[in-house]
Amino acid sequence: MSLLEARGLSKHFGGVQAVAALDLDVAEGEVVGLIGPNGAGKTTVFNLLSGFLAPDAGEIRFRGRSVLGWKPHAICALGLARTFQIVRPFPRLTVLDNVLVGALGRHPDAGEARARARRVVDRLGLGGKASSLAAGLTLAERKRVELARALATEPALLLLDEVMAGLNPTEIATLVGLIRDIHAGGVSILLIEHNMRAVMALSNRIVVLNFGERVAEGPPAAVASHPKVIEAYLGEDDVHAAPAR
Amino acid sequence: MRWLAAALVAVLLALPAFPSVFGSYAVTVFTLIFFYGFLGQAWNVVGGYAGQLSAGHAAFLGVGAYTAALLSAEAGVTPWLGMFAGGALAAVLGAVVGFLGFRFGLRGFYFVLLTVALSEICRIIAANTEAVGGALGYYITFTGNPRQFQFQDTRAYYYIALALMVAATGLVAWLERRRFGVYLAAIRDDEAACEAAGVDTFRYKMLAMLLSSFLTGVGGTFYAFYLFSLQPNTVFGVPLSVEIIIRPIVGGAGTVLGPVVGSFILSPLAELSRHYFAQGGWHGAHLIVYGALLVTVVLFLPEGAYPRLARALRRRAAPTA
Repeated sequence: MSLLEARGLSKHFGGVQAVAALDLDVAEGEVVGLIGPNGAGKTTVFNLLSGFLAPDAGEIRFRGRSVLGWKPHAICALGLARTFQIVRPFPRLTVLDNVLVGALGRHPDAGEARARARRVVDRLGLGGKASSLAAGLTLAERKRVELARALATEPALLLLDEVMAGLNPTEIATLVGLIRDIHAGGVSILLIEHNMRAVMALSNRIVVLNFGERVAEGPPAAVASHPKVIEAYLGEDDVHAAPAR
Repeated sequence: MRWLAAALVAVLLALPAFPSVFGSYAVTVFTLIFFYGFLGQAWNVVGGYAGQLSAGHAAFLGVGAYTAALLSAEAGVTPWLGMFAGGALAAVLGAVVGFLGFRFGLRGFYFVLLTVALSEICRIIAANTEAVGGALGYYITFTGNPRQFQFQDTRAYYYIALALMVAATGLVAWLERRRFGVYLAAIRDDEAACEAAGVDTFRYKMLAMLLSSFLTGVGGTFYAFYLFSLQPNTVFGVPLSVEIIIRPIVGGAGTVLGPVVGSFILSPLAELSRHYFAQGGWHGAHLIVYGALLVTVVLFLPEGAYPRLARALRRRAAPTA
């Protein structure tokens, strides 16, 4: 059954068509990778799906309900959580309180929510930093706080926006393990990722975006060798130039 | 920490019982400390915790003050009830300004301007309405009847102001650890991240504004029946809003004890400098002291005096613990 279903999604900014008539599905239990060159409209898609932007046209159904026009907090309450490409933890709150904000939506009692937040913090290996202010953390730690906060909202679908960017190979390996673990816990995932190794390893299916349109879709191996994808990433000339050499 | 606070309240309760050591002037100064501590705490809910910088809180105080005074004089309603009517009316006003500001996403300076405009509108309406005394102001006849919130013995005001401050501070301390308080602190830091984490930011900013304006409106009754006169230019004036804001900022906005610490620092300073400068014919010179102090705080203690104080106390306590 389709968990998330977007049909004909369009959004323009001035004269730039950021997303053009995009159809996108995420089935329950799936990990879908959303890739494409810079400026392809990936983050705009996330902003549309999570309610931070209103589409010019199109329809978004999540868990069988149209969420068009819903505020982000309401979409989150329905079970869709996201992270931001440029991480936004609450700098003056502790790591635990950051995660607590996410947990309080499902658990209004602060004591219960704090216990849940504590578990998420420990699970993501932030236990030692629980009472540190988020402002003083490294980028890798802040990314994990962001992920923990989203996870604490107990989502059915998690939207991850470039969570690997800026991390070193060891940190990436840890995070890939964590995401696998989260997926194994029953959370479907839609991820934007530039780190090809990570996105190939994690995704069941990959959607390739270029100039706001879907140019390819399929299992990781098929997508990696798709001419349209190579063209999108390397440019047309390179594709034609390559065999000649 | 809790013990320390309880002991402090006990001392403050006992102090006026010794008139020989605690003269009437000291009673006045402490009454002002408590009252401004209370108003600062009320502002702290929306301005400190939620980070929505209202610079028009005088409007809520004024509406509460006029409501209780008029209900008492014209309808014979005791201010002990009138204070809640005043608080409710102030909260209605808070709902209007909150809705306008939060619905249309006014942030920072724009929200400040909106709240200033609100208090100015109230001032102009009051100054031009003859039924409430117009520009000359509204005067309350002194009867000395406690049922009319009037007391021969000024120590009664001391206790009431202390009770208001302690109650508001207790309420804020209680809220801080609950969902409401955590959400407000998160809203102050990043509203978009709040929405993404499932926080209905509009709703919680509104609730903070309602609570803050209600408490400030309740304070209006004390103001009216402590001073016995209401001047539109004073009670709805920007200077009064500044008085309300400056204590929590100096003490530490968004902390439980910030407004109280701020009031203990600033209220005596304001009172004494007002007193001495006025004697020397330097009316208004205390505002220069205010300005200098505010600059100092912004430069050297940007988070306020209380967080620094709390850290120093903890450091001292740590080796023995």
